[in-house]
This record gives sequence, structure tokens and C-alpha cells, in this order.
Amino acid sequence: MSAHHDHSESHGTMRDYVIGFVLSVILTAIPFWLVMARPLDASTTAIAIMVLAVVQMIVHMIYFLHMSPKTEDGWSITSLVFTLIVVFIMMAGSLWVMHHLNTNMMPMPQDMRNIP
Amino acid sequence: MAPQSALPYSPIFGRLSLEAIPYHEPILVGTFCAVALGGIAVLGLITKFRLWGYLWKEWFTTVDHKRIGIMYMVLGLIMFLRGFADALMMRTQQALAVGGSEGFLPAHHYDQVFTAHGVIMIFFVAMPFITGFMNYVVPLQIGARDVSFPFLNNFSFWMTTAGAVLCMASLFIGEFAQTGWLAYPPLSGLAYSPNVGVDYYIWCLQIAGVGTTLSGINLIVTILKMRAPGMGLMKMPVFTWTSLCANILIVASFPVLTAVLALLSLDRYVHTDFFTNDFGGNAMMYVNLIWIWGHPEVYILILPLFGAFSEITATFSGKRLFGYTSMVYATVCITILSYVVWLHHFFTMGSGASVNSFFGITTMVISIPTGAKLFNWLFTMYRGRIRFELPMMWTVAFMLTFTIGGMTGVMLAIPPADFVLHNSLFLIAHFHNVIIGGVLFGSFAAINFWWPKAFGFKLDKFWGKVSFWCWVPGFWLTFTPLYILGFMGVTRRMRVFDDTGLHPLLIISLIGALTIACGIGAMLVQFAVSIWKRDELREESGDPWDARTLEWATSSPPPAYNFAFTPKVHSLDSWYEIKSRHVARPTEGFKAIHMPKNTGTGIILAGFSLVTGFALVWHIWWLAIVGFVAIVAGAIYHTFNYKRDFYIPVEEVEATEAERTRQLAAIAAGA
Amino acid sequence: MSTTTIPEGNAQADFYDLHEHEHPEGHSTMLGFWIYLMSDCLIFAILFACYAVLGGNYAAGPGPHDLFELPLIALNTAMLLFSSITYGFAMLAMQRDKVAQMQIWLAITGMFGLAFLSIELYEFSHLIHIGATPQRSAFLSSFFTLVGTHGLHVTFGSIWLVTLMVQVARKGLIQANKRRLMCLSLFWHFLDVIWIGVFTFVYLMGMLR
Repeated sequence: MSAHHDHSESHGTMRDYVIGFVLSVILTAIPFWLVMARPLDASTTAIAIMVLAVVQMIVHMIYFLHMSPKTEDGWSITSLVFTLIVVFIMMAGSLWVMHHLNTNMMPMPQDMRNIP
Repeated sequence: MAPQSALPYSPIFGRLSLEAIPYHEPILVGTFCAVALGGIAVLGLITKFRLWGYLWKEWFTTVDHKRIGIMYMVLGLIMFLRGFADALMMRTQQALAVGGSEGFLPAHHYDQVFTAHGVIMIFFVAMPFITGFMNYVVPLQIGARDVSFPFLNNFSFWMTTAGAVLCMASLFIGEFAQTGWLAYPPLSGLAYSPNVGVDYYIWCLQIAGVGTTLSGINLIVTILKMRAPGMGLMKMPVFTWTSLCANILIVASFPVLTAVLALLSLDRYVHTDFFTNDFGGNAMMYVNLIWIWGHPEVYILILPLFGAFSEITATFSGKRLFGYTSMVYATVCITILSYVVWLHHFFTMGSGASVNSFFGITTMVISIPTGAKLFNWLFTMYRGRIRFELPMMWTVAFMLTFTIGGMTGVMLAIPPADFVLHNSLFLIAHFHNVIIGGVLFGSFAAINFWWPKAFGFKLDKFWGKVSFWCWVPGFWLTFTPLYILGFMGVTRRMRVFDDTGLHPLLIISLIGALTIACGIGAMLVQFAVSIWKRDELREESGDPWDARTLEWATSSPPPAYNFAFTPKVHSLDSWYEIKSRHVARPTEGFKAIHMPKNTGTGIILAGFSLVTGFALVWHIWWLAIVGFVAIVAGAIYHTFNYKRDFYIPVEEVEATEAERTRQLAAIAAGA
Repeated sequence: MSTTTIPEGNAQADFYDLHEHEHPEGHSTMLGFWIYLMSDCLIFAILFACYAVLGGNYAAGPGPHDLFELPLIALNTAMLLFSSITYGFAMLAMQRDKVAQMQIWLAITGMFGLAFLSIELYEFSHLIHIGATPQRSAFLSSFFTLVGTHGLHVTFGSIWLVTLMVQVARKGLIQANKRRLMCLSLFWHFLDVIWIGVFTFVYLMGMLR
């Protein structure tokens, strides 16, 4: 086990915060513009805004949360990756399971929109 | 329109009225009298011997992980007696109510009994037991002086207790849920359960859940940050490894339970439409989500005990554990895989063949690492000099019982077979087979194993054997008939049976339950006899079983600071290493030791939570608001206290260690 | 794994840490708080999953097109982003031990937090006013719960922020207070990350349905 780190290692610098802020403003503005102005068709827009959201989350992680593989001997990033795997399993699994169920057993969601 | 609660409402007492006291139910009145007399007797004795100050100062407000561990065990044991009383009532009811008889429990009471049995046994027996073991043993095994967040540890314990108290309160004030232990909607929704039962269920689990999650975070950080110098991950004792994985599962699954129960309470309190039948709600979403928590939960329960079995097998076989590395990898595999099997609990809900076969296969895959563990234990025993002390006896019983339970589990993992066996008594027999065979037998093994460490004397062997020989055959006598009944198509949670052909098997099952009752009685006698004869059973070396890991390197019971000098670790079995090389125990050069201070904040905040929970159950809104504000204010007030630690003066450390030196010298002279 | 050799003899110093340095106070806190955030993240994951599964069930009621006003959401997002950068400035001031400067930045952060909450409350009250209540459909139940839970987190973050400002005013920038400020920093920025998910998956994707 390595020696206890100085707490300062997880601090950001002015440069970090400014870069992070500028990037996130851009990454927020684009998806809003894509949806409000609709320069692309719906499915392309959906994919684009999801990709931009993921990129923006990563930007926040790096520049605001100061995540790095070295923080806390790597335990921070390990726990984050584990959490993301679990989140993925829960989200994808629930959607898959419930979609199957709805297909087999219940009216389709389209119908559910209209059934009180 | 959304249905309203069936109870009358007053602004001051909410739905609470004298009608809520079940004075017209003779069984409950009898229970209440017994509990009240027992309670008054205990309180009277505490007052008579002036123990309140001692209990408050030394136990209730303690931040010592060892004492908190012991308190968890006491909580688990008390709740175990309640949960078992429920089990006995169910077995009796089913044995009586055959062929036209109504038995002795009316339907609404019987339904509460089986719900309470499940909830209590999982949340307030099994969870406190494993949390107790982990709390007590993990810091000692990794050579630490306490957990990372000692105050939080105390708070977690009291939150768990507050949940248990709220659950018990439902016995005498109002009622408990009549829904089964997972409270599936729409049955648990307002439309079909308008009374307070489900609200008790929700809030007792939410309050206890806070405690469980926080203690999970605490132990993870403790294991990651507080290990003795030199103890790399692959030199951690197996029990610490399995505890780490169990706590990771806790932190990554209890939030799911919290969220799901919150959604159910929104449905019940503000009439949202998550799990309702109309307005687009979907009750199966609840089933899906709660099992995302529910399946990791069963591994949370069993993993720490897998660790305990590993320590016990290695110790009593006098050998190094066979296949340590594979044991660790199997544990990690189970941790990950336990997140991808949840659907096997509801194959019959109507997903398609691809979903069902995916989850069927993952379920079979997860049995592989578990099987690997069993082989490791067998190979550890192979050619070992096995000493059949009580912990080892329970371990062998576990291996036999759990293997069969695991195999019936693999049967249930086959979707077509599950369509026949789903929700039948076969399922009940299966999970009792793994939970009693694994978690309870494991807890008994671990209690017998670590008791001398905690109290400085061994448990009486004779009464331990009596308990063992009642428990193990009693278990099989109870649950083999249930396997057969399940095959015959009998579903779970039945109150009366028309078919008299089932009667003999139900009677056998009751006899089995009574045999188990004898086993529990013998265990209580074992504790009493051992305490009575503690001077005879005294064990001062600190290492009664010739064990291998660091918790045995200190005195029994260990001093508040655990280790005067933190051990340096070079190999897996550190204490074995120190013993076999005759490393001299340091007897001078002691320093003052930095320790956390006791605090009453944990019990006070948990008390506020209990009040808030009770107020929410009964819709006493003003009290709920007051209680909640008190929790937040109390927590903030606590953060203004910056002086949370102190030093044990070096003289005190020297005196304690000198006493220990004398003790060891006396043993050496005697031997 | 490192293959450290086991010492040969039985020297005491090889097996006992005779000159140990105690763990510095609070050395586990940041990791512990991070793990707490991970567990919180899972609560949000469940709420997102619920919204994903039930979000299309309008029950013949209003859908996203009838309800969401993107300019308002953009304004709200801006509030949260500004509060992020101002919290960052507060942390920079903390590093340089400039108490007054840090307190000002914290206060500004709190203002942006309150502005965010006010806009959200305005949105909610507007929706409820036009009949789009959480009781109307599973879509609205899951919408209100997901966005509301985020809002509750911001509320508690704001209470915590005020508490820390008082504590810094009383005790100054001692190590314990710095540690707490760093925990709140993680919390605050973590809520930003969740909000990215919310405006993308709830509002923007909702408008695409």
C-alpha cells in the first residue's frame, strides 16, 4: 500500500474549471439546439444527443470531479466502473425484460398511451 | 378515483385510535402479556442492578466495532426467536387445518404471520447476524483498531434496531402487511391493502435499509484503507474478502430496494401510478426492480458465511486453505454474476423464451463458482487432521445441506421446470435449504468459533451437540415433506387444505419444526450454561482453536484498541506465521493510542427516525414533520462537534499489556 | 501482485509495526463519500429505469410535447452549470486559504442553486395547475419522481452549503472543514452529472418522441 496521499491531488486548477465550463456549455448548447431547431431527423438527433450527454458526463467527471485513475489508489475509478456496469445491467435488463413482457402479456405501450 | 384509507382520521392522532390495539385477538393479547411481563422483568433487573448508566456509557453510545458487533448479534438473536415463533405458528396451522378444519389462525392473522416471518428472518435476523460478524471480525482480521467511520457504525446499528422495533410495534399497534415478504403490488397497493400493514412494512425496511447501506460503505472503506502494513489484497483472509464482496453488494443493491419502496410508498401516500392497474402503471415493474435487489441480497447473506466456513475448515483441518486464489476469484465472480440472474424469481411472469433461457443459463453459471468453493473446502479437509469441534460440525452439516439446496436451486433454474414448481412448497423447501443450511448453520458455526474471542470462554460442548443433533435432523424432517408436497402441486402461503391426503406430510413437517424448537432451546441453554460455567470454560491464550488469522493474535476479549502494535503482514496466515516462528510479542515501547470518542448521537437520531416512521405509518403528519426536522437538525448539530477523538494514555496501554504478559506467562507456566 | 519475500528470521520488527504512524484524521472520508455517491447514483438509475419503462404510458393524458418548455429547461440547466463553476472558484479560493473570497463564491453558488430550485418549482406548479399532476399517468408519476428527487438532492445540498458556510465562519478553514467542503464539491458536481442525464433523457428525448 502506498503512503497516504496529500489531499491536494484531487484539487483542480483554474485552467481545469474554465476548460470544463466552456466544454460543458458547448455540449449543452448543441443538443438543445438540435432538438429545438431540428436540423436532423429524429433518430439521428436522438443518437447525437445521447452521445453528447455521455461526452459531457465524462467532461464533468474529469474537470469538475477531478477523476483520475490514481485517485484513492484507483479505488474511485474502480468503484465508478463497477457502478456503471451495474447501472447498465439494471437499465438494459429492465427495458429488455419489460419490453418482452409487454409484447407477450400486455397491450403495447402505444395502446397504453390511450388507455386510462 | 384513488381509494382512500379504510380507517377514520383525526388531525392529532392520524389513523391511530384505540381500535388499532388488537385486544380482541386472544393470541396477540397473550403474546403482549408475555412480552410485557418479560420486558418489565428485564427493565426491573437493569434498574435494580443500576445498569442503565453502564449500558448507556459502555454499550448504547459505544463506537467500538467489537461491542457494536455483539449488539448486532443480540438483536439478531432476539428477532430470531420472534421469527421462529411465527414459523412454528405456520407449521401448526397447516398441520391442523386439513379436511374442513379452519385451524387456529384466522386468514388475516395467518397472512401477517407468514409476511412477518419472511421479513424478520431476512432483514432482522440474517442481516444483523452477518453484519455483527463482519463488524466484530473484519477490523481484527486486518489488524485495524476500529472501522473507518466509528460513529456511523453506531448510527447504522441503531437504525437497524429502530427498523426492528417498528416492525415489532406492528404486533401490538395495528397490524403488519398481509402481502408476503416482498409486498408485490397491486396487492400491496392502496386498493387492496388500505390498512397500515404495508406502511409498517415500508418504513421498517426503509429505516433499517439506511443503516445497512451505511454500514456497507463503512466496511468497504475500512477494508480498503485500514489494512495492516503489508496486507495486499491477495493476503487478506478469506473472511475479509467475502465481507468486502458482500458489502459491495450491499452498497450496490440496497439503494435499489430504497428506491423501489419509495415508489411503492408514493403510490400509497400520494396516489401516483407506478404499480397500479390503471393510468399506465405496471405492477410487474415492481417485481422486476425488487428482485434486482433481491437476488444480490441472498449472496449478501451467504458470502460472509462462506468466508467463515473457509476460516473454520482451514483451522480445524490444521492446514492452509486449499485454493485460496480460486476462492477469491469465485467470490468476485459470484459478486458480478449475482446481478444478472434476478429474473429467475419470476420466470412465469410471461417473458419470452429468449429472456427466460438467458436468465436460466446465468443462474446455472453462478452455481459453478459456488461449486468450486465446496471442492476447495473438501480438499482442505482431505488428509487434514480434522478436529470435530462444534464449528467444524456445523460446517460439515452445511456442506451436505447446502449442496442439496443448491441442486434443487439448479432444478428451479430450468424455466420449464420452474413453471411447474413456481411458488410451490418445493420453492419454500429449496430456499430454506440454502438459507438455513447456509446462513443459519454458518451463523451457528461462526458463533461457536468466535465466541471465545469475544468473551474469553468457550461455549459448552455438550449442549452445543444437543442443539446440533436437534437442528440438523429437525431441518430435514421439516423440509423434506415440503419438497414432496411441492411436487404434488401444493402452493405456498396456504392456510387450509381440503385434501386429507396431505395431512401426514404436514404433520411430519410440524414434528420437524418442533425438533428445531428443541435445537433452539438447547442453544439458549448452551449460552446460559456456558455463562454460568465461564470459569471452567475460561480460555485465556486468545487462540483457543490454534487458528491462523490475526484476530487470534490478541487477548480474548481484545482490548479496546485491539492491537498495541499493528502487526506487519507477510503472508496469508499471518498469525500462523508469527506463532510458528515464535516471534516475541513486544512488551515495551508502547505509545498512547488514538481512538474515537463515544457519542449518543446515533441512538438519538435513530430514535427520531423511529418516531418519524411511526408517524408516517399512522398518517400523523405533524409528528412526521417534527420528527424529520429533528433528524436533520440533529445531524447538523452533530457536525458542529469537532472533538470526536481522544488518546488512550500510554500508562493505560502499558498496564493492559502488562496484564496480558502475566496472563500469557501463567499459561506458559501451566503448560 | 508484488512478490515480497517473507523475512527469514523472527525479528520482532519484521512482524510488528513498532514505530507506526497513525492514520491521518479523515483519511478515509473522501473515498467513503465517493462510495456513498455511487450508491446514490443507483437510486437515480432505478428512477431512470422507471421513466424509461413507464415514460410512454400517458394513459390518454398529456405527453412531453404538451408539457415541456425547452427554453425554461435551458435556463435551468444554465443555473446549474453556473453554480458548478462558481463552486469550482470557491474551491480554488479554499486552496489558497482565502476565506472571504471563498465564502462569497459559496454564497453565489447557493444563489444559483436556489434559482434552479425556484425555476423547477415554477415548472412543477405550472404543470400541476394545468392538470398534469403526478397522479395523472405513469408517465407523469415517473417524471415528477425523477426530476423531483434531483431537486430534493439540490435542496439538501443547499442546506449543507449554508451549514458549511456557518462552520467555516466559526472555525475557519481547518482541515476538517476543508474535507467537508471537498465532499460537498463532489456532491454538487455529481448532481450536475445526474442533471445531464435528466435534461437529455427526460426533456430532450421526450420532445423527440
